[in-house]
Amino acid sequence: MDPDVALAAHLAANLDRGFPALVDAHASRLYTIALRLLGVPGDAEEVAQDALIRAYRALDGYEATRILELQLRPWLATITINLARNRRRRIADRRPAISLGPLVDAGLEPAERGESGPAIQAERADTRRLLAAALLELTPSVRAAVVLRHVDGLSVAETAAALRVPEGTVKAQVHRGLARLRTHLDALEDRGGNRPSGAARPAPHPASITVEEPTA
Amino acid sequence: MTILTSHDAGLDLETALRELALTAPATVRARALIGVGLADAWATLPSPLGPIAVVWNGRGVSWIDRADDPAALEERFGVRVGRSLTRTVAVPDRLARAVESRLAGNRRIRIPLDLRGRTPFEVAVWMKALEIPRGEVRPYGWIAAEIGHPRAVRAVGSALAHNPVPLVVPCHRVVRSDGSIGQYSLGGPAAKRTILAAEGLATDDLEATGRAGVRYLGSATTRIVCLPTCHHARRITERHRRPFASMPAALAAGYRACRSCRPASGSAAAA
Repeated sequence: MDPDVALAAHLAANLDRGFPALVDAHASRLYTIALRLLGVPGDAEEVAQDALIRAYRALDGYEATRILELQLRPWLATITINLARNRRRRIADRRPAISLGPLVDAGLEPAERGESGPAIQAERADTRRLLAAALLELTPSVRAAVVLRHVDGLSVAETAAALRVPEGTVKAQVHRGLARLRTHLDALEDRGGNRPSGAARPAPHPASITVEEPTA
Repeated sequence: MTILTSHDAGLDLETALRELALTAPATVRARALIGVGLADAWATLPSPLGPIAVVWNGRGVSWIDRADDPAALEERFGVRVGRSLTRTVAVPDRLARAVESRLAGNRRIRIPLDLRGRTPFEVAVWMKALEIPRGEVRPYGWIAAEIGHPRAVRAVGSALAHNPVPLVVPCHRVVRSDGSIGQYSLGGPAAKRTILAAEGLATDDLEATGRAGVRYLGSATTRIVCLPTCHHARRITERHRRPFASMPAALAAGYRACRSCRPASGSAAAA
C-alpha cells in the first residue's frame, strides 16, 4: 500500500499525532524541491518549513473525508512551489543576480554514500554540482516540471496535478528541460571546465516560477 | 571527466537528476513542529526578576518560567505541557518587543498566547487579571466576582497559581483582601513583592493599610470610594482621604463605588 494512504488516514484521525509522521516522510523532498528551484540553502529551508506549516493549517481546516482523498505528494509539492515562487520574487528584489558558484560550493550536496572510491565520488559530486547549476538556468516553469518529475520522482500525472497544468504540458516542458540540460552540460564539457565559475556565468532566469500558466 | 556522454545519455541524465535529492537539515523538522505548536522553543528575556525563560511556538507564548536551571525548566515543561522544548538563541524580535513592552506596563500590546488545554474558567481568570493596571492590585474575590463566579475565590487562587505565563498575565497583581501579598508561582512571595515594587507599588504600605483594617479608601470631595491601590484612590489628598472597612460602611456614608476599580466586586466574599 502507498505509505501516503496510511499517512492520510493517520492525519484524518488525529492531525496532531499524524503530523510528525508527515514531516518525517516529506520534509526532505520538500527541501529538495525548494533548493533545486531556488539554489539558496537558507531560503530552501525556510520554504520547506513554511510549506509544512501551511500544510498543517490547511489540514486543520479540512474535513476528514477531504484529507483521505488528498494525494499528499503532489499536494505538498504545490504548496512548496507556490512558496518558492513568492520567495523567488523576494530574492530577485534583494539580489539582482545570484552568483551560483560559491553557493554550489557551500555544501549544497548530499553526503556521499560510502560504497564507491574517492575518484568516483568526486566525479559524481562534480556531476551533481554542474547539474544543480544547469537546472537553475532553466526558465522557472520548465525547471519546476523537471524538478518534480525527475528530482522528486513524481509521475507525469502527479507533476501535472502539482503544477495545475495538462499532462501534455508537463511532457513538453520536461522534454525541453532535459534537452536544455544536456546542451548545457555538453557545452560546459566542451569548454573543458568541470567547475562552473560564478563570475563567468549568466545570472539565472530572474522571472518568477509560474505554475498556472501552460506554456505549450 | 565524462558527464553523461554515453549513448544512453537520456537515462544517465535522469539518474543524475534523481541523485540531486537531499536530506533536509534537522532544523526544518524542528521548526515545522514548533511552527504548528507541536513543539516549543525557549530563550531568555530580562525582567524585574532577572532573566526569565520565555517559551513559545507558532501559536504564541506557551510558558514563562525561571531560567536559572534549564534542565529543570525543560523537564517541568515536559511534565506539565507534554511537548518537547528546545533552547534557541533569542526570542523572535517581534515577540520579544511585545513581551518587553507588556512588562513595561503596556496592557494594549497584543501578545499571542498558546492556552490550548486550559479550562474556560482558567482563561477567564487570566484574562481578567490582564485588566489590572500596572502598579495596582485586586483581591482574589474581585476576580471571582468580575468573571461571574463570586463564590469561586479558591478556584481563582488555584487558576492563578497555574498561570502558565506569569508576568505577561499579571497574576502577581492579585493579592489577599487584607492586603497581604499571598502566594506566587514564579519564586514565592518575595518575588511577588519584587515585581510589585518594580511596578511602583509600595507593598509595605499596602500590607500596613490592610493590617489596620482598611479595605477601601474614599474621597471626601468626590464621595467616590475605591480599592486602596486604584490610581484614583492614590490621588486623594491625605486631608480628604476616608478609610472604610467594608463597602456597606462606605455606601452608608453616602459614597458611590469607583467605576474604574469597581470595589463592590467581591466585597461580599472579602467581608
